[in-house]
Amino acid sequence: MTIQEILEKLPYAHPFLFVDGLDHIDSETVRGHFTFREDMDCYKGHFKGYPVTPGVLLTEVMAQIGLVCLGIYLVKDELPEQGMGFGLTETDISFLLPVFPGEKVTVFSQKVYFRFGKLKCNVSLLNEAGKEVCNGTIAGMIIRK
Amino acid sequence: MDKETLIAQLKEIIKPYAKNEEALANIDENTDFINDLKINSANLVDVILDVEEKFNIVIDNESMERMLNVKSAIEIIEAKLAQG
Repeated sequence: MTIQEILEKLPYAHPFLFVDGLDHIDSETVRGHFTFREDMDCYKGHFKGYPVTPGVLLTEVMAQIGLVCLGIYLVKDELPEQGMGFGLTETDISFLLPVFPGEKVTVFSQKVYFRFGKLKCNVSLLNEAGKEVCNGTIAGMIIRK
Repeated sequence: MDKETLIAQLKEIIKPYAKNEEALANIDENTDFINDLKINSANLVDVILDVEEKFNIVIDNESMERMLNVKSAIEIIEAKLAQG
């Protein structure tokens, strides 16, 4: 499965698509990136007069790239065409640095296991300077509607 | 390995995932993982992976789907251990 095919299979659309592209994927790891545009709505209120990317959105980037893209790659052709979702089951993430509007972040994810439909990964998110912004484990299961 | 020992070992594995402590304290053959112990289906996968590691066995999809209570878990573990 090519990177382009994975991106087309992603069950997200604007304003909740948090994957710009993937740089690498295999059955154990994935690396991808996303840029937080300065005009995103979240910055109007997080925080008032001091825009900082919310941790939940950093988590979302980690989940969409690190878990969902890898999950799609792992199940390949078994995916339904429509009505697919990905159920987040656990997150355990530490946040180390802030991400400001306009920053590009890179996510690296390594599979811990994919068994019985559940995918668990160690995920790390870096800023453009290569500094680690957040890291932890995320797990989820594919949901068919 | 007798049943009591097996249940005690299962109890240790289940402990981090069980939300109902009273049911965990009173665990027996009839305890249901989801209804009694309130383990969610995602954590049930972790329980099964921990069982595999503890007993050095491999649990297939079919066994996984049956492994919903202590009784069936013991049956499956004993069968896998007997296979060597």
